[in-house]
Order: sequence, then C-alpha cells, then structure tokens
Amino acid sequence: MDDVLIAPDIDYLAVAPMIIVGVTAVVGVLVEAFAPRRPRRGIQLVLTFGALIAAFVVLISQAGTRVITGSLAIDGPSLVLQGLILLIAIVSAMLMAERRVDPAGDAFSPRASALPGSEEERVLSTRGFMQTEVWPLMLFAVVGMMLFTAANDLLVMFIALEIMSLPLYLLAGMSRRRRLLSQEAALKYFILGAFSSAFFIFGAAMLYGFSGTISLPGIADALSANPGQTPLIFIGFGLVVIGLLFKVGAVPFHQWVPDVYQGSPSAVTAFMAAAVKVAAFGALLRFLYVAFGGARWDWQPALWIIAIATMLVGSILAITQTDIKRMLAYSSIAQAGFILVGVIAVNPEGVAAVMFYLAAYGFATLGAFAVISLVRQDGGEATHLSNWAGLGKRSPVLALSMSLFMLSFAGIPLTSGFIGKFTVFEAAILADAVPLVIVGVIASIIAAFFYVRVIVLMFFTEPAEVGPTVVLPSVFTTLVLAISVAVTVILGVFPQPVLDLVEQANVFLR
Amino acid sequence: MSNFPWLTTIGVIPLIGAVVVMLLPRSKGLLAKQLALVFSLIALGMTIAMALQFDADVTDPFQFSESASWIPALGISYSVGVDGIGLVLIGLAATLVPVVILAGWHDVDEELGSVKGYFALILVLQTLMIGVFAATDVFLFYVFFEAMLVPIYFLIGRYGGPQRAYAAVKFLIYSLVGGLFMLASLIGLYVVSGRQLGEGTFDFLSLVGLEMDSTTQRLLFLGFFFAFAIKAPLFPFHTWLPDAAKESTPGTAVLLIGVLDKVGTFGMIRYLLPIFPEASQFYAPVVIAMAVIGILYGALVALGQNDMKRLFAYSSMSHFGFIALGIFVFTNIGMSGSVLYMVAHGLSTAAVFLVAGFLMARRGGSSLISDYGGISKVAPVLAGFLLFAALSSLALPGLASFLGEFMVLLGTFQIYPWVAVVATLGIVFTAAYVLRFYQRTATGPVPAAYAPGSAHPMTDVKAREVTALAPLVLLTIVLGVFPTPALDVINPAVEWTQQTLGVVDPPPQIDTPGGGQ
Repeated sequence: MDDVLIAPDIDYLAVAPMIIVGVTAVVGVLVEAFAPRRPRRGIQLVLTFGALIAAFVVLISQAGTRVITGSLAIDGPSLVLQGLILLIAIVSAMLMAERRVDPAGDAFSPRASALPGSEEERVLSTRGFMQTEVWPLMLFAVVGMMLFTAANDLLVMFIALEIMSLPLYLLAGMSRRRRLLSQEAALKYFILGAFSSAFFIFGAAMLYGFSGTISLPGIADALSANPGQTPLIFIGFGLVVIGLLFKVGAVPFHQWVPDVYQGSPSAVTAFMAAAVKVAAFGALLRFLYVAFGGARWDWQPALWIIAIATMLVGSILAITQTDIKRMLAYSSIAQAGFILVGVIAVNPEGVAAVMFYLAAYGFATLGAFAVISLVRQDGGEATHLSNWAGLGKRSPVLALSMSLFMLSFAGIPLTSGFIGKFTVFEAAILADAVPLVIVGVIASIIAAFFYVRVIVLMFFTEPAEVGPTVVLPSVFTTLVLAISVAVTVILGVFPQPVLDLVEQANVFLR
Repeated sequence: MSNFPWLTTIGVIPLIGAVVVMLLPRSKGLLAKQLALVFSLIALGMTIAMALQFDADVTDPFQFSESASWIPALGISYSVGVDGIGLVLIGLAATLVPVVILAGWHDVDEELGSVKGYFALILVLQTLMIGVFAATDVFLFYVFFEAMLVPIYFLIGRYGGPQRAYAAVKFLIYSLVGGLFMLASLIGLYVVSGRQLGEGTFDFLSLVGLEMDSTTQRLLFLGFFFAFAIKAPLFPFHTWLPDAAKESTPGTAVLLIGVLDKVGTFGMIRYLLPIFPEASQFYAPVVIAMAVIGILYGALVALGQNDMKRLFAYSSMSHFGFIALGIFVFTNIGMSGSVLYMVAHGLSTAAVFLVAGFLMARRGGSSLISDYGGISKVAPVLAGFLLFAALSSLALPGLASFLGEFMVLLGTFQIYPWVAVVATLGIVFTAAYVLRFYQRTATGPVPAAYAPGSAHPMTDVKAREVTALAPLVLLTIVLGVFPTPALDVINPAVEWTQQTLGVVDPPPQIDTPGGGQ
C-alpha cells in the first residue's frame, strides 16, 4: 500500500468514443442553459446525432484494439457491444426526434413538473415549449451503458450503472400522454433501481472484503488462490448478480419491467428495452466470465434456475396481457431468459451468441415500438390489443412490419431472431446444457402463441367501427422502421458477416 | 448431365410469378389469375423437362445437384438435388398447382379479400414446396419447412370459411410446436456433427452415417419425428387437420393435404431413417402402432361425418397411416408403395376436394352431406367425376392408390402379418364411408333447393372444371395400370434408404405364415 495516487496510464484513443459522447452530453447541458429556446432543439439534434455517429466512426477505427486501460477493458465484447449500443442509440434518437405523430408535438411533456391536465401544462403546450433536456439525458445514459460493458472493476461498474440508470429514471417519467402512468413508472423504476444499486454496491463491498481488490481479474486470482466457498464470497457474488439481473429484467427481479415499459414514452421504452439489455448483459457476461469464470460450477446451477424461471414466467404471463406494451415487456423478460441460456454456456460460442442475439432482439424491439408509436387514438397511443384488430386492412405495410418483428421474436427462420435462438441454443448444447435447451424450446412454443396472436389480430380480425388511426410519420420514424426491418431480414437471411464479427470478438481480456 | 440449375429455376419461376401478380393493380383480378396459371404451367413444363432427363440408373443419391455457400459460420449451404422420391413429389406439386388455380378460378372474390393475393400466395407456396422436396441441406429443408407455414396460414386465415381464424391459428400452433422440437434436434445434430467431423455441418450426405450413441440418436429422432408426425399427421397429432381442411378453400385444402402433409412422410423417409437408423428401428413398433390406430380411427370417425370436407380430412388421416406403415416396416416394397401412395393420395385428395368444391359452389357453400342428394340425376357428369374421385380414394384396383396401398400391405405382411391383417380392415371401412358418401350425395331424391326449375338448379360441369379434373383422372389411371416408369424412378432411392438402415428385404417366406423376423 502506498499513499501516493498514481494516475493510471490511459489509452485515450481506445476510450475516445465514450469521451466524445460524454463531453457532448455536458455541452448539451450548457446549451440548455445558454442557448435561446427557439434553436435549442436543432442544436441538440445536431449535437446528439453528431456525437453518436462520431463515436461510432471512432469505434470502428479502433476495431482491432484489445487493451486494458486503467479500469476499463477495451476488448472484443466491449467493442462490439459499445458499437451496438451506439447504433441502437442513433435509431432510438430518431424515434425521440419524431414530432409529426402527436398533434401536440413530440412524445415528451413540455415540463415534467407541471401537473397533468393543469392550466400550466396547457399554456406550455400551446406556447410550444419543449423538453430538450431529453437529448443530453439520453447521451449520459449512453455513456453509462458504454462504460458498463467495458468496466473491469466493480467500482467503475457501479458508477457506470448509476450514470446509465439515473437519466433513464427521468426519461421514463416524461411522457406527454398518460402522465400519471408515466410518473408511476418513473418512481417505480427509481425505487426498485435504487434497491438493486444498493444490492450491487453491498455485494461489491463483500467481494472486496474477500479478495482485497475490486478489479475483476483480481477477484478471479483471489478465488483461485483461496478455493472453497466462504460466506463472504457467496453473499458478495449473489448480491452483485442480483443487481445485474435486475437491470436485465430476469425473474424474480422483473417486477418493474411491465410497469416501466408501459408507462414510459414509447421512444424511451424502445431505447431502454434495446440498449439497457445490451449494456446489462455485457456487464453480466464480463462479471461472470472474468471474475467467476473459474468458479462456474458453483454458480451455474443457480443461474439455470433463474434462466428457466425467466423464460417460462415471461412467456406465460405475456399470454394474459391485453396491452401491447405490457405484452412486449413480458416478451422482453422471456427474451432475457433465452439470452441467459447463452450466458450460462460459459464458452466463447456463448459470448458470440449472446452478442448476436442482443443485436437481433434490439432492432426488432426498436421496430416494434416504432410501430406502436404510430397506432394512435384520440391523440395518444392505442395500446390496448383490441384496438389493433384489422390493422392489416388499414395499413398493410405497418402491419407487415409488425408481423416481421413478431416472427423474429418468435424465432421463425429467415428472421434475425431465429439465428439468434439457434446460436444461443447451440452454445448451450455445446456446454451440455440440454435440459435448458428443451425448456427454451418449450418456452419458445408458448411465446409463439402470443406473438402469433398479434398477427391474427391485425390480419384476421374485423376492425372495430371507431378504430385507431395510423399516423403518417415523418422521415425519422420511417427511417427507424426501414432500418429495423432491414436489420431483421438481413441478420436472418445473410447473417454471415455479423456472425464472423461476433466470433472474432468473443474473448474477454483479463 | 448438364449444369443447368434446374431445381433453382423451377423454384424461382413461381416466385417471380407471385411478384408479378402482386404488382398488378387491384382491379385486374382476371389478369392475376391468368398470369398465375401461366407461371405455374411454365414451372410444370420445366419440371417435366427435368424429369425426362432424370437418369434412374445413376448411382449418385442425388441428381441435378447445386450447392452454394450460405452461412458458412454455421455450416449451412444452399444445396439442392433430387432423388427419385423427391422428383415424384416435386412432380406432384408442380401438377397440382395449375390444377388448383384453374379449379379455384372463382373461389375468391374481392369481398373476401384480394384476389391477386390468393393466387400470389399459392405461387409462393409452390416455390417453398419445391424447395422443401429439393433441399439436400438439412437446415435449408428446415427453413422451407417452416416458411411454408406462412403462406398456408394466410391462405386458410384470409380466404377460408367462417371459423377460418381459429383453424389457421390451430394449424399454426401445432406446426410451430413440431417445428421448434425439430429445431432443438437440428441444433443437437449440428453439435454432434461438429464433435465428430471437426466442423459442424448440415449437409445431408455428411450427416448420414454419423455415429451417435443410441441415447443421443433416440432423443434427436424424437424432435424430428414430432415435427413430421404433426405435419403428416399421424394419430394422435391429427386434430388440427379436420378444422384446417373444413375452413380452407378447396384449393387450399388440396395443397395442404395433397402436398404439404406429404412433407411429413417425405421427411421420415429422407431424414429420420438414414440419419437415425438405430433409433428408427427402436421406435418402429411405436410408429407402426400409431399408424394402425390412425388407419382404423380415421376411417371410423370418417364414417360418422356429415361434413364432406371433414370426412375426407379424416379419410386422409387414415391414409397417412398406410403411408407411415409402409415406411416403418423397412421393406423395399413397403416403402416404394408408400412413395407411390403419397403421389396417388395427392391425386385422389385433389380430385375429391375439387369435386366437393364444385358441388359447394353450386349449393351456396354448404359442405354438409345432408344438403345434397340425387346429383347423378341433375348433373350426371359431375356425379361421374364424384364417383371416380370416391373410387380412387377407396383404392379401386386399377387406380394408382390401389397399387400403393397394396404394396404397403404386401411389405407389411412380410414382416408383421397380423398388422397387415388389421390394417386391411381399414380398407373395408374406407369402402363403407366412401360409398355411403356417394350414395347420400349422388343418389336419392333431389332436394328442392337445386331441383330443376328451382331458383338455383344444379348445373353440370363446365369446361374449366373438366379441364382441371382431367389431368387428375388421367394420371390416376395411368399410374394405376402402368406404374413402371414411376417405380423405376422411386426404387433406387428406396433401396439407397434401406441400405443406410442396414436392412435387407427378407426372403419370401411362403411356407411359414406368421413367421416374421
């Protein structure tokens, strides 16, 4: 122990993407403070898209980097997942930028503190106020996510967790429509999220107590030096994993998912569902593989149970839902279960499969929520399933896209979801986890039922007399739909390049 | 052999047709039908041209083979090729599609849904049917197998009867269940091949002869078997079929039962037996029991039906029992009989459902047998076709289905004489319900609803309908009296399959009745 603080030697180029996004987020806050109201939105849009795209370009140029710099590991998985997070962020930013579908403006309340339905809110709306803070908030969340996938010690992982989560709590509560639901979602997300953070940090402390270090490779070394279970390591591991599984939305830590997905503005839900999963699975993989890869026999049984429960509970509860956003929330729980199957494999194939699955799932989710944001009634979204009856007659293109995403979730061949399921199950069989695959197949069958039900509703049910209208979106949402459809089809039909990519990037540095 | 990509071309033509048809404006319903017919006829012509070049004496298991890399990371390639079995089934599909298009000329109108959509879906289905029989990469087969669900799902769910949504969903769920079990086995097979060959592959010929311990083999067998048994459908996985058949249009029912369901039995011959020989022998008694139960159960339930579509759905289930029986007794003659019977059953099912469709079109869409009677008095030619279709379905000697059924029973008798005896009872029941059906519809008094002089008198067949039925009648007779060309094509493929099983036909044992192996 020396008392002198030595500045770590940092490879700035390797972490440049995170720096770009983070600095831009700070600039965004300054813009909120100093720029006049009228051009603010334009400036924020340019900053947001500019930062995300620039970060992505820099990331691509760093594709070959494999380096541990300070507390960050810039290796294959973190590069791929960071790239995926950036892409998902770019697409979700387009969704958030949409202003044409809601007659009152964008999807966000003009001032989140105004009481719903109050005079104040009405005045703000008519005077064209907008909440442009959503853009820097989103960028902060993106920084947190990128950091989360690269964090190589528990403290940085915790900080990343908080940077990622806090903006999301805010974003969840900003819906212009159905404000109370949205605020309830935000509060619920915040309280439960705070709990899980507490679990995480407490667990990290235990692990530090056991190993005397917070770095993940250090914990692995301490484990191999002191084999055998001690209560400290047992509790510490359990608490940290609970914190991570909470973010993933795995059963039994999934209670927040349906309410938050339903209450948040659809654009935020899409971002949350797609990107948070990527980041959280990245962190979970790194924690389990780098720190506890050697002790896999001890934790695999516990995660088996969680994966099985997640797949089954998610699929079964989704059947009973009558609100499409809630249904997709339970579906995302089930999908998390399928991804956990790949996590449990603890082999390079598993890492590659999880990354592929996250990409497939992420874009299908973005597309599905984009569709949801377009089906509207009385100004707001028509999310009750009965409203979707006969959508195929009213708007065949939209209904076909939605069907494609549903088929991808269900894992039908020639869609990205199929290849995802295939690779995940393959990794599990390679790891001799055959029962897990059988449960996975059964859960897929159950899940197929409610995905198909949406298609049936849209195509084979007569539309109601006063049904919802399908709004013609601006170029933003149109692009989101086009990108999601293209990715879902391309990853399903020609997945080779992406499979190659994830295969080359399936090893964690330690 | 020329390097012309026959199979890909034949498969792509209907797909192009579907795109062209979909691009037409909505008002051009007639042109859509005509174009669909033209494209399906081109595909049929190409299929015939290919079949003429098929060489039955070549020792390679597959001819007209093509292969291109698709997803090398997962050992998946686009590989197609046909053996004799695949060839006759592609021929069946290529024949039935134009027939169905012609017969279903007025099946859909704009009120029900887009006319061009119906015919485009049929063409898409044709592409997938050709693909599923031609694939020599197991993964490619699986993709076609699952993708087929989509057009047929829309064909039933969009253009069928009042309960169509229910029937379509039931069909889809059953098929998805089977498909996902097959997927699990497929991945398992891939992993096994990876462990043994160094690199995972889906290439069919590489998978044949893969050495697996019997537990693995039996598990993987079950995944495939579920999918095929649901598709075929065997007892007790059949309950989706009557609903689907009743609610779909006659044309859809023909393609569904006539061709699609054959994919199940085709899959058993092509994939189950060669890849899992040990497991196939292990499970054979179970499958045979299911088949025999299906034969008798289907026939008995058919006896009690008052709906002609349901009646023939149960009848088909009974006949699928025969096909499965022929496959799992592991004799050359039984399996050849099964393949021949698949084709014959496709033709006879088509005839039965199309004639039933013609009747229904004249009677306001009712498929209840009790709504009919005395057709032979008011529409003698139509009644004649009805009789022919009925006789073909009960396997009258001289018709193709008789030959198939007879060969299956012969092959069964060599191994399990008592099973053959019991299965023969099915033929008796079949005769009972088929003849009773004919009696109730074609003879007796003419109901007032369509008696001559009523508002909508029953009319006799039109030229279009005769044109649609004529090829079926002709083929049924030709295959029945002169099956040699077909059997010459089928037999080498059957022998090859039997070799992979390590089974040799038992010598004829005339002196010891009951003396199986």
